[in-house]
Order: sequence, then structure tokens, then C-alpha cells
Amino acid sequence: MRETFVATTTDLLNEDPRTALVLADISAEAFVTARRRHPDRVLNVGIREQLMVGVAGGLALTGLRPYLHSYAPFAVDRAYEQLKLDLGHQDTGAVMVTIGGSYDAAAEGYTHQSPGDVALLDTLEGWTVHVPGHHDEVPAMLREAARHDDRVYVRLGSQENRRAYPDGGRLRLLRRGGPLIVAVGPMLDPVLEATEGLDVAIAYTNRPRPFDAEGLRALTDREVVLVEPYLAGTSAAVVSAALEGLPHRAMHLGVGRHEVRRYGSPKDHARAHGLDAAGLRASIIDFLGR
Amino acid sequence: MRTDRLAPALRRITGDEKHAPSAHSTLDVLWVLYDRVLRVTPQTIDAPDRDRFLLSKGHGPAAYYAVLAAKGFFPEEWLDDLGGWDSPLGHHPDRVRIPGVEIGTGSLGHGLGLGVGVALGLRAQGYTGTRTFVLLGDAELDEGSNHEAIAYAAATRLPLSAIVVDNQSSTHGWPGGIPARFPNWDVSVVDGHDRDRLELALTPRHDRPNLVVATVEKKGS
Repeated sequence: MRETFVATTTDLLNEDPRTALVLADISAEAFVTARRRHPDRVLNVGIREQLMVGVAGGLALTGLRPYLHSYAPFAVDRAYEQLKLDLGHQDTGAVMVTIGGSYDAAAEGYTHQSPGDVALLDTLEGWTVHVPGHHDEVPAMLREAARHDDRVYVRLGSQENRRAYPDGGRLRLLRRGGPLIVAVGPMLDPVLEATEGLDVAIAYTNRPRPFDAEGLRALTDREVVLVEPYLAGTSAAVVSAALEGLPHRAMHLGVGRHEVRRYGSPKDHARAHGLDAAGLRASIIDFLGR
Repeated sequence: MRTDRLAPALRRITGDEKHAPSAHSTLDVLWVLYDRVLRVTPQTIDAPDRDRFLLSKGHGPAAYYAVLAAKGFFPEEWLDDLGGWDSPLGHHPDRVRIPGVEIGTGSLGHGLGLGVGVALGLRAQGYTGTRTFVLLGDAELDEGSNHEAIAYAAATRLPLSAIVVDNQSSTHGWPGGIPARFPNWDVSVVDGHDRDRLELALTPRHDRPNLVVATVEKKGS
């Protein structure tokens, strides 16, 4: 996904003089050619994430469209107040593209992980959140974001589904059946595997914010399970609001709050958080009681 | 616009008849900027090539509001209500509410990073004649985010002007002096109430970042 991001953003820099890119060393090598070609619009501030966001806010104030990029824990967790004030409070926007959400950087340890990025952005106004499940879903997200000035988050992951759904913004019903399981981004394939042989409906989205409330209301028949690749329960409030007035039971699966003090691979951490196919299946069967 | 509109504006916002205007640490710097240096008027607040002034130190904005009102950026009647429900003027300024205010500030340590971005954005769009000024307080330099911006501006030879109003309010001070925190910047230190010297320090263009330390009396003295 990172390669797709580099290619698409490089194209945008070539095509649209409004596009700017602000880096904080992460992925700087991948943009060396773009930087040579557009030295005034491809900026690497060094290991300075607060400045990265502040610079993006300043660029936006002059009418440019800044893309910024780093590890999610540094761009969101560390620079949260800059996101709140240098973008939101200034009434400006930017396109923030991160890697290293949740436990993608499993072997790096907790310092390089951000399970709470989407939850943190949920405290702020006006962020569109994309969580692509396949690299072919990424270009449209980045290109659409070039056409306005709002705040956009693109959460690139290392886990991908076998199939791409480039039009996966609204809830897309992939399987009809009983209770609804909603898979966000890269959780789709684990959910498909986990629910083999179960009478459930499966819907997919790669744009959890703004959440497709209308679609959820139309597809939900009393029971809904949300499976997200970030902090469990992040979407509980929007699901509850979407289903207001409708009797329903809901379960929210995602990354737990507890720190898993182990290294290994993303697959190991998925298992530890019950987000592998076996863990998901056990939780879903338990919730449905059948 | 003559200077004597400023004193009544300041009295109007503070309700203070007793203290001299110089009691406001930033007043003379702000007046010199808006009266003699910045190429911005109430008619050009949206012009892409206007000079930019960013008040990073959003605290105590009475002097800023008084200068903007005296220069006609908003009606002087606004000065009668500071921080009220119906007032656009808060204890910290909001760019969305006040014509001519470039950034909303209050939380310290945000203006210089934004200013670096503004200067870079202007440069990228070919507005090479447009200048960017950021005003900070000496205590504000305690915030580490400033030092990210200071180092990067120097490394990229960004033509940005920072003004630090030094009223010695930083709790642990700056042993060795404030200029030592701005390596590879052009530096001058002037009396923060001497308008002619401030003008001399602020007017020349530089081909790298430029710091003006405006020294005023110690806070509370």
C-alpha cells in the first residue's frame, strides 16, 4: 500500500501545482525523485512531527493542499494538539496518510503502534477516515482528497484482503444472510474466513468516517457485529446513533486496550487480540448464541 | 492613520485610564509592524500576496486588538466587549472570527510552525516579495515545538522573521541569551518600546531567517 501511496502522490505532485507533501523522515527516500523535481512542494522537516503538522497547516493557509505522512503513533498520537489546533482550529485541512496503525509494526513494539488513531480523530471535527483493505483502493482515496480542502485520514495497512473494492465507501453488502457482520478495511478476509458456514450477512466498508449510517440502518436486522482493525469499540457511538430507535444488539470487535508486550508478527498480535479467523469465529458464535 | 487613535482604542478595550500604553509589552512592536512595515490593509486581508503577521503568543491580546481596530480592520465598537458571548474578540484570538487575524492561537508554541508553513507556501507559489512575521514571548520558547521550527527554518534558509518580546517571564530563563537558541538566524536585539529602532530592525529583508528580540521591562516590574 505504501508503494501505491508513493506512486499516486508523486503523480498528484506532477499534475496539480496545489499539491504539497510534508514528510518527517519516514518514507523520505521513496520521494527523492519527486523532491528533486518539486523542491518547493516536497518538504522533509526531519524527525519533527509537531512541525510536520504545523507546516501543513501553514501551507493550507496559503492555499496549497498538503499531504503529510508518517507512522500513525507519531503523526496522530504525538502531534494530536497540532491536528486539533494547526488544522481544525485554523479551519484548514490536510490529507494525512499513515502507516504503522495498530500492530503493523509488531516487532518494533508498542512505541511504534497506534491502535487509538481513529478514536483520537473521532474527538475532532470533520475528519474523513479511509481504511483501505487493498492497495488498489488507495489511489481513488488520494485523488478524491486532492479536489477539496477538508481533513482526510488515510490509514495504510500491511494486511490486505485478496480482493479490492475501490467503491467501498458506503457499506457494501457482500453476502446475504442472518445477522449483519460489518468488516472495516483489512478485517474483511479474516471475517470471511471466520464466518464460513454461518448464516450471517457480511458488509464491507473502507471509509468508516463519516460512517454510512443510512446503509447500516437498512442492512441491520436486530443484530450487528462490527469488526475494526483499530481500538475495539471505536465505532460504538456512531453505530448506536445510526440505529437509534431500532431495537438491536451490537458487538464491537477490534484491538484491545491492553498492551501485548510481545514482538512477533501482525498475525501473532491479531491472534492475541482475538482478531484472527478463529478468534473472530469464537466471539461471533458466542454473541449470536447459536 | 495617526498614532493617536491607538491610545483611545487601548483604553476602550482595557478600561484602564491609569497605566501608560507602554505597560503592554507588545504594543509598540505591533504598532510599528502595522503602521510602518507590513503590506496589509483592511482591503487586502484576503490578497494572496499580502504580508502575513502571526501572533503566536495569543495571550493578552488587548494591544493586538487595539492596533487592528485603530487600523480599521474591524469596528472600534468591538473593543467594548472582550470575551463576551456576542463578541468576536476572545481572550485568545480566533482567525475565523476576526478580519485580519491570520491564525487562531492561545496554546503556546504553535505560531512558529504555522509560520514556517506559511512562508514555505508563499515561496512555493512564487510570492517572493511577501513577508511572514511571527511574534512570540520569551516564556513561550519553553515549548519544545518552537525549537523544531527554529532548526528547520535555519536549515532551509527560510526568509521568515520571528520577533521575541522578552519580558523575562520564562520561569527558568534563557542563560546565554535568547539569540543563542536561534543558531544560523540573523539576530538583532532592540528596545521593545523604541519604535524607530524596531522599524530599523524589522524593515530589511533577509535571505535567511531573522530574529528580532524586543526587550521590555520584566513582567510584573
